This record gives sequence, C-alpha cells and structure tokens, in this order.
Amino acid sequence: MTADAVPTLPISRTCPYGPRPEHRQLREEAPIAKVILPNGRTGWAVTSHKHIRAILSDPRFSSSRRNPGFPTARPNAPPSALKPLMLELDAPDHGPVRRTVIGEFTVQRMNALGPRIQEIVDQHIDAMLAGPRPVDLVQALSLPVPSLVICEMLGVPYADHDFFQTRSSTLVSYKTTQEELTHALGELTSYLGKLVAAKMENPTDDLLSRLIQKQRENGGVDFGDLVGMAFLLLIAGHETTANMISLSTLMLLQHPEKLEALRQDPSKTLGAVEELLRYFTIAESALGRVAREDVELDGVTIRAGEGVLMLANTGNRDPEVFENADALNIDRGARNHLAFGFGQHQCLGQNLARMELQIVIDTLFKRIPGLRPAVPLETLSFKEDASVYGIREFPVTW
Amino acid sequence: MKVLVDEEKCCGAGQCVLVAPKVFGQRDDGIVILLDKEPPEELHGAMREAVSVCPGYAIWLEE
Repeated sequence: MTADAVPTLPISRTCPYGPRPEHRQLREEAPIAKVILPNGRTGWAVTSHKHIRAILSDPRFSSSRRNPGFPTARPNAPPSALKPLMLELDAPDHGPVRRTVIGEFTVQRMNALGPRIQEIVDQHIDAMLAGPRPVDLVQALSLPVPSLVICEMLGVPYADHDFFQTRSSTLVSYKTTQEELTHALGELTSYLGKLVAAKMENPTDDLLSRLIQKQRENGGVDFGDLVGMAFLLLIAGHETTANMISLSTLMLLQHPEKLEALRQDPSKTLGAVEELLRYFTIAESALGRVAREDVELDGVTIRAGEGVLMLANTGNRDPEVFENADALNIDRGARNHLAFGFGQHQCLGQNLARMELQIVIDTLFKRIPGLRPAVPLETLSFKEDASVYGIREFPVTW
Repeated sequence: MKVLVDEEKCCGAGQCVLVAPKVFGQRDDGIVILLDKEPPEELHGAMREAVSVCPGYAIWLEE
C-alpha cells in the first residue's frame, strides 16, 4: 500500500449505536489497518475482537498520552499540567499505583455499597415523581446518580458536583477548544489540590483520605499523584455510567418485550447490563496505545512510535465472537466484551458501573411503569462529537 | 481440574469473582484469592469462562 492510499479514519458514529460501515469493512478486510488517525498522523486502526485483546494485553504497547505518537483524539492535545495519570502508566510503574486503589472497587466493596446506591436512586426517582412532566432523564437521574456515588466514595462535597459535571462534559467533548480545555483542567486541578490539602490536614472516612494514609505508610505523600488520582476517578465516574443509564433506558423503552422479561425476572438484569455494555461500547476512544518497539502481529508490522486505535465498538460486534452480534440479546450471557477495555488497564470502576446500572434499571421501571419518551425518538441528539458516547438530553414522561 | 492463579498478574478487575464467587474472592487490596483449588465438575464451565475473561491472564487450568 502506498502512503497516499492510506485512508483517513472517520471516527464519529453515524447510525446511533453501531459501528460505522467503514469500521465494519476494515474488520472484514484488514482488522489491523494502516490509517490516518483523527489527530492527522499515520497509525493503525484495530477492529477485530481478538486483535484488540491481543494489543491491549501486550506490554510492547504503551498507554502514555505524552508519547508524541499516541493517537490522541485532537490534532494538538495540550500538555497536561497533571502528573501522568494511572491510565497513562506502563509496566512496571502502573501495577503498584493500581494496587493502591483496586481494593476500593472490589466486588465485595461494591456489593456493600448497593444499599446506599439504592437509596440515592430512590431519592432521585422520588423527585422525578414529585416534579413536573416531562423531565430530562439525563439531568434528573443519569448524571446525578453516578456523580453523587463517586463524590461520596472519594469524599468530595456533593454541593460541588455541578462544578464537576460541567467540567467533565467539557473534557470529553471534541468541540471543546484548546483554551476551554486548558481552563477546565486548571479549574479542576486547583479545586482538587485544595481538597487533597484539606484531607491531609483532616482525614475523613473516604477513598482519598485512605489513599493519603497508605502513602504515608509507604514513606511519603505525593501531592501531585493524589490530585491526579482524584481527577481520574472523578472524571471516569461522571460521563461513563451516566451515558449508559440514558442509553440503556432508551433501548429498553424501544424493546418492551425485553423490558417485560426483566420485570418478570429481575435476576436477568445483570446479564442485560453486560449485554447493554457490549452493545453500546460508549468509551472506545479511551483505547489508544503507541508501540514501544516494532511489533509483528498477524503479518503486519507496527513500527515503534506508531499510534494504534482500538475500535472496541466494532470489536464488540465481531461475528467471530458474538453470534448475531448486531442484535441486543439480554440472555446472551457474554462477558468477554471490550466495553471496559482489556489488559492491566481494564476499567477499575467496572463493578461500580455494573451495580449502578443494575439498580437503576430494576428500580426505574418498577417505580415508574408507565415511563416513556416525551419526544419523537428521531429528535434525540446523540454525542457523536464526544469521546464518551451518549444522549445529550432525553425528555421522558409517564 | 486444578485452578491456578498468579497474584502478580492479577489487576483486580474482579471478573472471576462475578463468574464464580465460590472459587474466586478478592483480598482487601483487590488481588485474587483462590477459595477452591479443585472446584466440582459443575463449575468447570465457569472456570473456563473465568480464564477467558481475566484481563490479566492471571488464571489458568490444569486438566
């Protein structure tokens, strides 16, 4: 293939949920394909399930966003004022950092958090039922539930959650200008710096205070690391689950027979959540890597310094792995999807996300059985221009 | 069937605990604990699933 024959990779979704036809075509014809990446550089797009898994678990690929070859979403990502975040670290630096926080997100810890999440969901549904109709589900439920949960876990005063919500949206939108991005990052870093300093002074019963304690036991507190971790967990906890709540609600309203099956047998909800995660794969843009050395893979040579973008939404519709992959099948029972990534960086908060989604789906349709969209579905606006896919506004009534 | 785990490779995603909570647990720091080294036959399918979904390739089987 000559250099000028390299196709430019289009990235935004066209049909609301599924992969772009161009991405499907790549999967069939060249699952590891040389392309012009969204940042204008030549690199690789990976579209098959097995190759995505292989690269995400291969230490010869780096997660460092500061490597000039990293496939950033923007042409010129601004230099970050933060120290490298956990998701940017490679072995051997990454493991020890991850081990300081995974204990906060175990299945057992998330199960213990269930009753509190249930309470938060119930309060927000109470408010919906008491308030005017129609209401925007995104603002009434999808955003505040995960926002409140992650704020409580970290020890961020919930009074400040609006501040985080708006800045999270700014950070994940491709429409954000470089200036706006730098400004939002500065505001967040400055806020979190004050918060971390306050917790160093007066520890409370929360993740950040425990992290400070652990660092003290291990020989010294690293202020920059703490601010970076707080930043990462807050941002990751906002846009992701929120968008999954809106999309899942919409999807189930469009498929009343699936909704009825869940109503009849709530033990199916967790399986349905898994399938919804696969079906939407909302955060695929997080899955970039850059080769640390030349890598031979299935007849292709990826050169050191070249960026690789894993198109997990396409990989999650791979017919080699998922039968009738474009259908939403709540009984599929397939956990081997890529919605949370794969390898050592696989989503830290995945069991929190599962718990939140399960509780919201069970509770929302039970307490508001007549829930329905308040506008024609074709008027809904989707986040084609954000690194986390979702619905901007979802007016519902009952 | 014998189940083996590598604590060094474990990244604490908890996928194995979701698949087979009687066989896999997590320590307070998130790392895998093997609760049953030779699980009964009815769990063998779940063991294969645990191997396939583990993001760190930290679980393997001797059959």
